[in-house]
Amino acid sequence: MATELIIWLIPLPPLLAFFIITLLTTRSKALSHTIAVGAALLSWLGSMVVFFRAIQVEHFGEHPFVSSIPWLATGDTYFRIGVQIDPLSAASLFFVAWTVLMIFIYSVGYHNYGQPEGDHDLPGLPPHGATVKDAHGHEHRVLSVEPMYSRFFAFIGLFAFGMYTLVVSDNLLTLFVGWEIMGLCSYLLIGFWYGKPSARAAMIKAFLTTRVGDVFMLLGLAYLYSQTGTLNYREIFYNAETLHMLAEHSSGFLGLSAAALIGILLFIGTVGKSAQFPLHVWLPDAMEGPTPVSAMIHAATMVSAGVYMVIRIFPLLSAGAEHAATPAMLVMSIIGAFTALFAATIAVAQDDIKRVLAYSTISQLGYMVAALGIGAYVAAAFHLITHAFFKALLFLGSGSVIHGMEHGVLHTGNHSVDPQNMKNMGGLRHKMPITFWTFLVGGFALSGFPLVTAGFWSKDEILADAWGHGHYVVFGTLALAALLTAFYTMRQITMTFLGEPRTEEAKHAHETPWTMTFPLVVLAVFAVGAGWVGIPEHFPVIGGLVPNWFHEFVGGTLLEHPEAVEFNIIPLLTSLVVALGGLYAGWLAYRNYSQSRVDAAEKALGGLYHLPRHKYYFDELYDRIFIKPAIWLAESFTSAWMDRGVIDGFLHWVAYITGRIGNFFRDAIDKPIVNGLADKLADTMKWLGRVFPPVIQTGRVQQYMIMALVSLAAFSALFYYLLVMTP
Amino acid sequence: MDFIVNNYLLTLILFTPTLGALILFFLPGENKSLIRWAAFLLSFIPLALSLALWFQFDSTQAGFQFEQRAAWYPAINSSYHLGVDGISLTMVLLTTLLTPLSILASFGIQDRVKAFMMLFLFLETGMLGVFLALDLLLFFVFWEIGLVPMYFLINQWGSEKGERTVWGGRKMPARAYASFKFMIYTMAGSLGLLLAIQMIGVVSGTFDLMELYRIWPSLDKPLFGLSINVVKSIAFWAFTIAFALKVPVWPFHTWLPDAHTEAPTAGSMILAGVLLKLGAYGFLRLVLPLYPTEARTYAGALAFLAVMAIIFGALASFGQSDFKRLVAYSSVNHMGFVVLGIAAAAAAAGTQDAHIAMNGAVLQMFNHGLSAAGMFFLVGVIYERTHTRDLNEYGGLFPLVPVYGAILMFTSMASLGLPGLNGFISEFLVVRGSWPIFSVYTALAMIGLFFTGAYILKGIRQVLHGPLNEKWAGHLTEINAREVFVIVPLMILILWIGVYPDWILGVINRAVTALF
Repeated sequence: MATELIIWLIPLPPLLAFFIITLLTTRSKALSHTIAVGAALLSWLGSMVVFFRAIQVEHFGEHPFVSSIPWLATGDTYFRIGVQIDPLSAASLFFVAWTVLMIFIYSVGYHNYGQPEGDHDLPGLPPHGATVKDAHGHEHRVLSVEPMYSRFFAFIGLFAFGMYTLVVSDNLLTLFVGWEIMGLCSYLLIGFWYGKPSARAAMIKAFLTTRVGDVFMLLGLAYLYSQTGTLNYREIFYNAETLHMLAEHSSGFLGLSAAALIGILLFIGTVGKSAQFPLHVWLPDAMEGPTPVSAMIHAATMVSAGVYMVIRIFPLLSAGAEHAATPAMLVMSIIGAFTALFAATIAVAQDDIKRVLAYSTISQLGYMVAALGIGAYVAAAFHLITHAFFKALLFLGSGSVIHGMEHGVLHTGNHSVDPQNMKNMGGLRHKMPITFWTFLVGGFALSGFPLVTAGFWSKDEILADAWGHGHYVVFGTLALAALLTAFYTMRQITMTFLGEPRTEEAKHAHETPWTMTFPLVVLAVFAVGAGWVGIPEHFPVIGGLVPNWFHEFVGGTLLEHPEAVEFNIIPLLTSLVVALGGLYAGWLAYRNYSQSRVDAAEKALGGLYHLPRHKYYFDELYDRIFIKPAIWLAESFTSAWMDRGVIDGFLHWVAYITGRIGNFFRDAIDKPIVNGLADKLADTMKWLGRVFPPVIQTGRVQQYMIMALVSLAAFSALFYYLLVMTP
Repeated sequence: MDFIVNNYLLTLILFTPTLGALILFFLPGENKSLIRWAAFLLSFIPLALSLALWFQFDSTQAGFQFEQRAAWYPAINSSYHLGVDGISLTMVLLTTLLTPLSILASFGIQDRVKAFMMLFLFLETGMLGVFLALDLLLFFVFWEIGLVPMYFLINQWGSEKGERTVWGGRKMPARAYASFKFMIYTMAGSLGLLLAIQMIGVVSGTFDLMELYRIWPSLDKPLFGLSINVVKSIAFWAFTIAFALKVPVWPFHTWLPDAHTEAPTAGSMILAGVLLKLGAYGFLRLVLPLYPTEARTYAGALAFLAVMAIIFGALASFGQSDFKRLVAYSSVNHMGFVVLGIAAAAAAAGTQDAHIAMNGAVLQMFNHGLSAAGMFFLVGVIYERTHTRDLNEYGGLFPLVPVYGAILMFTSMASLGLPGLNGFISEFLVVRGSWPIFSVYTALAMIGLFFTGAYILKGIRQVLHGPLNEKWAGHLTEINAREVFVIVPLMILILWIGVYPDWILGVINRAVTALF
């Protein structure tokens, strides 16, 4: 099959799965997940074919796979949409295909396929467990199957469609389409258990917070489109003339160039989607969704879309950067570096196993954004991909942990124990060995454990870039964030898996079925191996053993091939120290947690602990300064005061005045004059009628005849005068 | 037969609804289901004819097609002149499509079914006449004809509950209040419109639009002792206010939430689906071509009002606790984008930006017709079952009515402008077209776009999500087959336009590039 045709077809199977499941197979759980997983497998297959064909093409960046069709009539021209696979999208396609397929398989186990229906389960609420009798007549509480099992697969099908669409697009408009469809799916999946008020609140928060970014992005698209007449990647980002024009043209706003303003507008979209400060608040709440799967969708795939987009538009962001960083890049490096550190500090103070990962995701995305801000294009793309693998692994691993803990909760029947709180865990390495080892791999990758893990190579490259180009503030901030990352990761691993079980529930935790552990193993392989494709050439000892394929390949996406940064020992030492130091400190501080029950971070921070613990009170702040005023503006100001009060009040006043004028005419003219005269006339007639009869009603016939005659004569004379005499 | 159909196609489309109403008149009124089915089937005739029109229409050609002219009022040079171009064609299709669906939606009406259905068909003729007329006087006649049936539909079949307090503490039934407000408001606009039309007729000696397009804009002799520019400006505003009231543009919009909320379901569907488009269509067909200079001069003011409508329409919608009022205000918000597109096109006529903005505006008219009609219908479905429109009375209904819930979600997302569905295409085109012309206004419109999300999600949140309100368990029935038949055609079109809009956008684009 022609490669272009395959690319067109890649997003379709999950979409079809969505429609088939929604319309036809909701009732059959087996059929639904077979269709969904089958569809994901087809897309995966297509992606692999395209990927391997792509890496065989020489100078692929100059000759990508492209194909397009006319879509919107715009006057005398057409806006075209199509697909394009260039090095960057090929690499993205690779990680998307793998992670998506793994989520699909994992979901089968996570939603307890094959378990009995729950005793009191309702659609819209998480399954509460079922009672079964074994051969000896003993009753056991076991996990029950998700009541909306099929619907879940429909949603993730639609989600996969959105992600694939985003990746294979050749223009920013269809990227935006995929982007928003994923936004809808994230809304639907966060609120999958919509019966819970907290889930309902979180779904709206996620949608609206990202929408803040989206409306700015829409403006950026409109601006870019009106400046260049197109939104096609190659025509804008692979075209020096257009980029130059955009960098020279002034936007007339704060002295920014058109390129800078467009870049910033589009970047605000990323701030929303990738949960960067100050729009980061939605992502932790998004953990309300069915545990790891939607969490993973938000953390490993969808939020990556925001970073993918800024990597995509990097030539625009950096247009005109020959001498100094552009305003857009400056904004990105500030926001990215700040977010990386800020979110890492919050992660240290969280107890919910998923929330730690959620803040860690925000922090790592900040890393990538900061990397782009300092111009480390390849490093950002590299970290995007390695992060997707190990963060997917961690999220799925945490889901596996929670699943195991839920098993324990059902066993003891004590539902007051939160299966997501790490304080209730401990010692799970014996109960859940596969989960433990894979989680360890993921956690080490996240911390950047030297040489072996993928996270080390990508993080090291970012730090090396920051140092090499003299961005020392960014370098310092990111290094500090990396230290915290290693620390909270080890805190998490220690509290969850090491030591002794701290609750009955943790004692009865159980390893999860193969559908959940298999994806963990696959992802663990990538969490290690994905780093080897990007080892810098001049790295001591092992550099050059394997060619730095990733840099060569993805760097080719740009018009000007980016230079690899020269090797320097300082950033390398820094990353070794922060990774190993952080891990060791984390282990040291929490290894005795099972006995002492003292949270080292809480103890160390003392009075300041409540700040990161409560996320620096951003939720409360936003509620006070945005949400409450918005509701006041809508309910009190606009509907009650302006529409009902002022506008309708004015109308009613006009109606009232008109009524009063009418009444005035009625009272002053109609009643006294018109009616009065008529009444007078009638009265007169009445009076006449009373006065005359005695005179004329005599009863004598002769007199009547005379009166008739006189009248006749008088009328005849009158008529003669009127009709004959006057012409 | 072919001859008749081909030569008198527009007349047939225009008057078959009236004919249908007359047929209904002779049917026995006691047999309600006969009347309903007859009305439903009869309303398919204009639909079939306009589909025939759609397929015979040559979309590669600019200008009016299927023109038809007959002497009507020779003493003042007014003729019965009909014709369609890409813009009116889409509106005709929208009208003839929504009418059968609305009739099907009102099968639940029990009271004076015959009168209801007849009024509905008369209403269809009135609306079609506005879209088809190429003569100013004829345009005005149909413009007014549409008012009367709608007044009675709201006044007689509107919701029975509710009261409104007016100045001086007087109370009146909400539906009487709403229908009166609707009538008076439109009449107030019509007054100026009629005077301006008369003046044009007197000055140019014709009411024929084709003639007027040629001579009126370039007319430059002084009139009534005033300079022609002043006269034209006055006439321009007379037209503009009449149409702005109908669209409605902020701050003339307060009749809309009342009328929409009190009207019976089918009435709201047509009101939002078609009647609001009459105003926007007036801008496209009359204001912009007849007053290009004035339109350019005052485009900024119009864009300002449009943005106010977008922002405050969305905010007001977000502030409602009545489901139907929430949907009603969403029309103010969405129609604001139509007017913004029109204003942008007026300011930059002849450029590609103008064409894009105008394409977006016309497509937005069609799209809003689909999604707003769908939303009102869905509100009606839930109201018929619960007899309440108060959002706080629902809650967690999704498990009880999963099919209804999915449909509501879909239609809401169309209204929200989710990419992949129709509303996004038109809103994007409007934003893209108006950005280079009115950058600040376009940027401000984004506030409205944000709150569009807020009110849509509020509706879904209150109705479908959250803990189940136990009072409905066991009482709420799922959407039935008839109701599914009403909504499915709308959903198909919503998706189709969202995915591949060229079949309709191409037709619109041709007309727009020729006209503006």
